[in-house]
Amino acid sequence: MNLLSGLFNSSLGKKFLMALTGVALVMFVVVHMVGNLQFFLGREVLNHYAHVLKSNPEILWPSRIGLLSCVIIHITMAIWLTIENRTKRLTGYAVQDAGAASLASRTMIYSGTIIGAFIVYHLLHYTVLLQSINLTGRDFSVFRDVHGQPDVYRMMIIGFSNSAVSGFYLLGVGLLCFHLSHGIWAMLQTLGLVNETYRTTIERASVIGAGLLFIGYASIPVTILTGLVK
Amino acid sequence: MNVTLKVWRQEGPETPGKFVRYAAQNLSPNMSFLEMLDTVNETITKSGEEPIAFDHDCREGICGMCSCIINGEPHGPEKKVATCQTYLRSFKDGETITIEPFRAKAFPLIKDLIVNRSAFDRIIQAGGFVSTSAGSAPDGNAIPVPKQHTDAAMDAAACIGCGACVAACKNASAMLFVSAKVSHLNLLPQGQTEKERRVLGMVEQMDQEGFGACTVTGSCEAVCPKGISLNFIAKMNRDYFGALLRGSPKATVESV
Amino acid sequence: MNLDARIPEGPLAQKWDKFRRDAKLVNPANKRKYDIIVVGTGLAGASAAATFGELGYNVKSFCIQDSPRRAHSVAAQGGINAAKNYQNDGDSVYRLFYDTIKGGDFRAREANVYRLAQVSGNIIDQCVAQGVPFAREYSGYLSNRSFGGAQVSRTFYARGQTGQQLLLGAYQSLMRQVNLGTVKLFPRTEMLDLVVVNGHAKGIITRNLITGAIESHAADAVVLATGGYGNAWYLSTNAQGSNATAIWRAHKKGACFANPCYAQIHPTCIPVSGDSQSKLTLMSESLRNDGRVWVPKKKGDKRAPGAIPEDERDYYLERKYPSYGNLAPRDISSRAAKQVCDEGRGVGESGLGVYLDFSAAIQRLGEAKIAERYGNLFDMYHEITGESAYKVPMRIFPAIHYTMGGLWVDYNLMSNLPGLFVAGEANFSDHGANRLGASALMQGLADGYFVLPYTIGDYLASQKPGSRPKTDATEFQQAEKEAREQLQKLLAIRGKRTVTDFHKHLGKIMWEYCGMARNETGLKKALELIPALQEEFWKDVNIPGESSDLNQSLERAGRVADYFELAELIVRDALVRDESCGGHFREEHQEEGECKRNDEQFAYVAAWEYKGVDQAPVLNKEPLHYEELHLATRSYK
Repeated sequence: MNLLSGLFNSSLGKKFLMALTGVALVMFVVVHMVGNLQFFLGREVLNHYAHVLKSNPEILWPSRIGLLSCVIIHITMAIWLTIENRTKRLTGYAVQDAGAASLASRTMIYSGTIIGAFIVYHLLHYTVLLQSINLTGRDFSVFRDVHGQPDVYRMMIIGFSNSAVSGFYLLGVGLLCFHLSHGIWAMLQTLGLVNETYRTTIERASVIGAGLLFIGYASIPVTILTGLVK
Repeated sequence: MNVTLKVWRQEGPETPGKFVRYAAQNLSPNMSFLEMLDTVNETITKSGEEPIAFDHDCREGICGMCSCIINGEPHGPEKKVATCQTYLRSFKDGETITIEPFRAKAFPLIKDLIVNRSAFDRIIQAGGFVSTSAGSAPDGNAIPVPKQHTDAAMDAAACIGCGACVAACKNASAMLFVSAKVSHLNLLPQGQTEKERRVLGMVEQMDQEGFGACTVTGSCEAVCPKGISLNFIAKMNRDYFGALLRGSPKATVESV
Repeated sequence: MNLDARIPEGPLAQKWDKFRRDAKLVNPANKRKYDIIVVGTGLAGASAAATFGELGYNVKSFCIQDSPRRAHSVAAQGGINAAKNYQNDGDSVYRLFYDTIKGGDFRAREANVYRLAQVSGNIIDQCVAQGVPFAREYSGYLSNRSFGGAQVSRTFYARGQTGQQLLLGAYQSLMRQVNLGTVKLFPRTEMLDLVVVNGHAKGIITRNLITGAIESHAADAVVLATGGYGNAWYLSTNAQGSNATAIWRAHKKGACFANPCYAQIHPTCIPVSGDSQSKLTLMSESLRNDGRVWVPKKKGDKRAPGAIPEDERDYYLERKYPSYGNLAPRDISSRAAKQVCDEGRGVGESGLGVYLDFSAAIQRLGEAKIAERYGNLFDMYHEITGESAYKVPMRIFPAIHYTMGGLWVDYNLMSNLPGLFVAGEANFSDHGANRLGASALMQGLADGYFVLPYTIGDYLASQKPGSRPKTDATEFQQAEKEAREQLQKLLAIRGKRTVTDFHKHLGKIMWEYCGMARNETGLKKALELIPALQEEFWKDVNIPGESSDLNQSLERAGRVADYFELAELIVRDALVRDESCGGHFREEHQEEGECKRNDEQFAYVAAWEYKGVDQAPVLNKEPLHYEELHLATRSYK
């Protein structure tokens, strides 16, 4: 059987595409968090990092296009599978028992949908720098540091100082990590990388990893809101 | 003890069904769940009505014939047992017990609590075998099989094909059933020659039968009367993508 | 009637070779012109249907379950015997043959049993090739264990689910043939009658259990592999659906029924716990290695077992059989248990049970060791009874388990009706008056994989391709009409009692008078009680619903109607067989509690011929000639 037709025509293939794009997206989420955490190393380091990223369009744009394709494939397959799956039981049960299925595993499509909306907002907020949605009345695109480079550090402090914005951000990353607490393990399972010996470790690592990601992401708005960093 | 049953009654696939209440009285906690249904059926029969139709056969948890969703759980509240091994001591005196058939598009309802699970047979027909004919086998000890492989294959082969995994899954996915058979044979040296066409053929048939996709919720594993592990799904995924990458032909009808 | 067993001439060890040398063959190009019907999909039926398909015949495979994989062979636990001698412990084809004949108390046909032992090794090879996950050693080679009635380790096993795994192997082969188009499956279909045309079996009448449709199927040969009739006793270790209807209706069409009174009663089952109990669950006999069997000395002692002091306990097996003790043979243990319960010393709610006590073994070896040996059995016991056998003694009681009797077949497994072949538990062939553990699986698969494929070809070669009758022949029309009429007759009664009620009642009569121990007075009484109950059944049974859809009461009613007739024959056979042998124990014939055979008068196969309603059946005798072995007293002392 041909790989492409196998991927798009079988339920396993679609899941495989979701899992593969999931791997890419998880890797991005980790790298992005590491990048963000440079916030705690100060304005100089963070702004330099942002500058390096932006000054290499030959890396930046392929990455952006790659990530965007992953997001599109991931979402398309999710919707496709969800629609298909919903037709597999015509009459529901009178008594529902979730049994062993975790809340995260049962709500992937919902957490995913909200994460999707959050990503759009987040991109408009910090990448497109759309002034009307940052709720601070400031134009982030004009922030410059002493080197004349965009002042990402200041943008983060001012951006997150709005509690509504930070709140939505916390909700977004919260749901993302909730999604990943099931998603990481499910993705490895779908890729066939789980076996009896590593199963428990992987399941736990999935939850712990998601928790660490949440702490990493949440630490920035929380420190800003609580005034620990000014 | 006494319980009230809320049982799904449906005369046939085309007629609408509904829940009907029955009182089951003077029961012993040591009675099996199906014997309780027998008792209720005796009473219904004496009143001239048709008794509740339900599937059952060996009544010792191995044939896979019995089904039913009991209070939302396939095979009832106890773990690693089939409905026939469920006893009334697992219920409270005076409890209302809801009994429904397995629900899945691929398991069309026949009558009351009985559904058609022939889809499972067709999946096995699509590759769940070793193509050996009687008479051609070498000596049983000609090919040593590492003990851990036999043991793992046996874990998978313990599947009784009851369909509880499908009934429990929110997507009515048959991945646990299919992966158990694929893994059973693909783990053994005897199954290697057809490893790839087996997994491709069985997965394709599974999709055609109208089972859903796996969302790795683990409900299937939790309700499986034989405790078949999700690890076999991972193993099947591995085998499937290996076969896809290598562009293996799927199982097709051999010429006779 | 002249029953010719058609045993090939020559020395025992060469008979099968001689048969295969002389057997007529069907040309490969002609095989697809023959249709074969196989009823039943247990080990014998599934393996036969798959193998016929492999050979190129057109096969129709019928079963009453929703899938062939659910036939009751699936429930066999222990293992399958084969004379492989992998353990280098002195096993051989001859020894397996000898053990089987002796185990059967010298009431089986030598030639058939020898062939069984000869092909036993091939079965293991075939099953391994199919992917049956037999237990293995760390070397990767097959593991064996020992089993009752043998001094060698020749039992192959797959955990406690050997029957399931072997059946799945056969089922998978069958599914392969379905995929190849050689086999057509008819699940949820019950055979209601055999169609005989010009003296040959040429088809069957079936009822589709979902739609109720009555259909005719014609074929060049018919194979019945529908299992045993233990459910005639109502409570047995059989599945709920296991029934004798196919073989009984074939019997009524002319096939002789052999040795119906031979039924095996297994000593270690979980006792009945109430009136509503529907089946009995077997616990492996191996438990008796470490358990001590006892009952209170006092009648009606209802104290908890722990409250009964040591000197008020009767370890009756150890007392009566000091050398064998708790490991006394199956039939002896079963009868001893019945005896103490009859004396009113049985334990448990019903008083029908004896203790199997592990406390001494736990004290000696520790709980961990016992758990390692019997953990899964203790769990199973706990599931069913809610009691922990680590804390309180198990309660056990004997139960009907396997029927050695069945349709009479010759060496070719063909009944006296040409074209009708019978395999597995449904025939009477290989186990004589008692079956050894792990031999039923061996026989079913031997019949299906390695015997029938040869013998059916020999028959088919004598039938012109395309000569089978069409289903519009009068014989089919007549049989269909009769089948419909019987269903209508049952439905028209609309009486007061349920089918189950009658079945239970029949079971009680059978267990009481034709169970573990039988005597002339009891059997004669049963011969009065059964027809009376049968008459009441046909007057007062209540079957709701119609025959035009799924109707489980109607299915059961048809089977119970047949059990009445069969039960009468079982009792009749037990009465005529005025000796004790194997599972058939006539109280009049015993020596210190053991079976006392009468070889001069009873070394024969009793093949009963149906003569019509209200006519006494006719007994035909096939004498058993022992050429290789000498008839000896079976002693396990």
